Amino acid sequence: MTENSTPEYRLEMRGVVKTFPGVKALDNAQLKLRPGAVHALVGENGAGKSTLMKCMFGIYKMDAGEIYYDGKPVQITDPLNALKLGIAMVHQELQPIPERSVAENIYVGRYPMKKALGFIPMVDHGKMNGDTAALLKSVSMNFDPKQKLGALSVSQMQSVEIAKAVSADCRVLILDEPTSSLTAHEVESLFKIIRDLKAKGVSIVYISHKMDEILRISDEVTIMRDGQYIGTWPSTELTINTIITRMVGRELTQIYPKRRNLPGETVFEVNGFTSANPRSFKDVSFTLRKGEILGVGGLVGAQRTELMEGIFGIRSHAGGSVFYNGEEIRINRPQDAIRKHIALLTEDRRATGIFGVLSVADNVSVASLDQYLRFRVMLDDKKIAALVRDNINRLSIKTPSNKTLIQSLSGGNQQKVLFSRWLANDPEILILDEPTRGIDVGAKSEIYNIIAELAAQDKSIIMISSEMGELLGMSDRIMVMCGGRLTGIIEGADATQERIMELATQFM
Amino acid sequence: MQSAADTRRGGFSRVARLLSNNIIIVGIILLTVAVGIMRKNFFSEANFRNLLSNTAIRFIIAVGVSGCLITRGTDLSAGRVAGLSACLSAILLQRLDYVNRFYKGLPELPIVGVLGFVLLICAVIGAVNGAVVAYLKVPPFIATLGMQTLVYGICLVYTGAQPIGSLRADYAGLATGYIGTKMISYPLIIAIVVGMYMWFLYNKMRHGKYMYAIGGNESAAEVAGVNVGKSKVTIYMLAAILYGLCGFLLAAKSGGASVNTAQGYELEAIAGCTIGGVSVNGGVGRISGILIGVLVFELLKIALQFLGVKSEFTYVVQGVVIILAVALDIQKYLNKK
Repeated sequence: MTENSTPEYRLEMRGVVKTFPGVKALDNAQLKLRPGAVHALVGENGAGKSTLMKCMFGIYKMDAGEIYYDGKPVQITDPLNALKLGIAMVHQELQPIPERSVAENIYVGRYPMKKALGFIPMVDHGKMNGDTAALLKSVSMNFDPKQKLGALSVSQMQSVEIAKAVSADCRVLILDEPTSSLTAHEVESLFKIIRDLKAKGVSIVYISHKMDEILRISDEVTIMRDGQYIGTWPSTELTINTIITRMVGRELTQIYPKRRNLPGETVFEVNGFTSANPRSFKDVSFTLRKGEILGVGGLVGAQRTELMEGIFGIRSHAGGSVFYNGEEIRINRPQDAIRKHIALLTEDRRATGIFGVLSVADNVSVASLDQYLRFRVMLDDKKIAALVRDNINRLSIKTPSNKTLIQSLSGGNQQKVLFSRWLANDPEILILDEPTRGIDVGAKSEIYNIIAELAAQDKSIIMISSEMGELLGMSDRIMVMCGGRLTGIIEGADATQERIMELATQFM
Repeated sequence: MQSAADTRRGGFSRVARLLSNNIIIVGIILLTVAVGIMRKNFFSEANFRNLLSNTAIRFIIAVGVSGCLITRGTDLSAGRVAGLSACLSAILLQRLDYVNRFYKGLPELPIVGVLGFVLLICAVIGAVNGAVVAYLKVPPFIATLGMQTLVYGICLVYTGAQPIGSLRADYAGLATGYIGTKMISYPLIIAIVVGMYMWFLYNKMRHGKYMYAIGGNESAAEVAGVNVGKSKVTIYMLAAILYGLCGFLLAAKSGGASVNTAQGYELEAIAGCTIGGVSVNGGVGRISGILIGVLVFELLKIALQFLGVKSEFTYVVQGVVIILAVALDIQKYLNKK
């Protein structure tokens, strides 16, 4: 290799090293982006994809390594620097300003200015709104530029983020998990935007866990594992299986475990459950049997999460009843649900699951401390330590010690810690909201095994999932929601992707 | 395999990190040592005794505030609640033969009874703080700033801005009394008991675990079944009880009280906590750290005094140290990204 990069590449990262306390997140990682091509970056969670992108975008400082832009070495010290070079990033977690308008969100930090009375500098709102309207139209979206961003759905906000990147006339666009909250239809319009950008010569980095999408949209695929560069291949030479094999470094024969039990009698019943919010869930009724896995399908905005959080007492409901073992129970707050042995694994692990600055042990035990009181006041440290140790072994949680801060574990291990938090309470009903979101393939199959094992122990499970394969592969029955209403319940054996989509789009 | 050199380097970087994470503590200790060498009577027994009793009283108020800080709150009413407690205690425990007694016909009250009554009043104030923060969702900064002014106002009206003096000898003796040597004064013993109780509460009891959980991630705590509202009310109430205890001791120590007693103590307490490693980002903080933080802050004040810095200027230095401590704490958090 020559000293300077060949101009064949728009951007090249070489020998990137980034260390965080206790972990080497990137170890000699590399990436080469061609102009006008979509480059997929794949790897298990914790493989270092997002870290590498944050180095490229100047959010993190590399410990070692070089970046070449158009063949010339560059230093990217902060995001503003990256933006000036023409690098834009749409983050995995969106960072919008919900109280301001769509146009202001797009032009924040670089408002078009004008001079009032020839000398008072002020924001040119007319130009800003006009430009925004034109921009949104060019990427086939039509919202009012003056609309408050907070009034849009998550996927619409994401579209605005992409429009923002496009408006910056970027030459390199980083999309980090752009489709994780999009509907199939929205994915198509995103792909159309990506193809348009590609035609204009933009280099696109596409990070995703969704293999089918990667193979459809990308030209090249770079695979990473444990912070290291595994290799780059043209997409046409790859299949889902070859990607997964190279990602995990092992063959995955059977993702979904064989179920060992048949559901028994009904233990849990929800009747006419209606939210206090008129735009949320309405009149939902369903039953759950002992040892059953009830999948819950639907598109983003179907109010599945809201319904489950309503049942668990996090959100208020205006009507409807819940029966447990034939007896009506009233749940007004999470404590009520927990007392009835109901558990809820929430959708957003970081926002409502883990306590980042606390240890694995504290994270496991926090919901079951009542069981470990001595003389009613003191906590029995020995018993708690035993509980934590049992769970670490039982769910094979990979952690240096039980005193390790949970924030330093990978997503899959964090999720297993949250499972053990609830299992410590000996729940009979487990509501799992996207239990495998954002965790890598290897950990996913471990989570599936845990779920199947729980069902075999006669625990009843409600599993919200946006992954068709997961719904079809795990569920005894699948209930589908659309726009806050239940549109149907399908027996697992009769369920097909088409049938679920039909129900999920019934009111659209 | 790790070589010996690697291990040594690891040890060195650990020491370096420890020092840089505690740069304020290191700096103040160095300053103190320098002052001690320059000024002869710095290491005198009287000075040391003074340091211990000042630290004891401020430690009590700081562990009170720490619960609020750990749950990502704050309590700016601390100093004023302590002030009210000092005034009330002084009024109820004035000498019977003093001509200008606040309540002329008041009989001799039992000290423990007065303490209990004063702490009860403080508990009510704290519970109101907690309820406003937990249930009305008023940001703790605003809620307790309001309470600070409110309590100050009550205290002004109640005392008529008159200083209260001529305390009963048995009450004043609480501050000067000691066991064995003069070093081990009653306030020091009380502070040690408070510290031990709070350590136990934070580390061995459910309340403490819930407190750290709320500070670490409030929504997650709610989902995990923690009664967040009740916990917060308990935290603010307990904090106010400790301010009350501090005020009670302070009046005894200074032989009187006025509306300005314990002025600015809330900021000193917050400074002590943050210097001692209580994170304003929540979920982090240890009793031992708070003790070190308060002690170091007192050392700084004494060192400045010995250097002949005018007391007016010490406020400037204290303000700088507080901002610096929080800024460094935030930096630690940013570095983790």
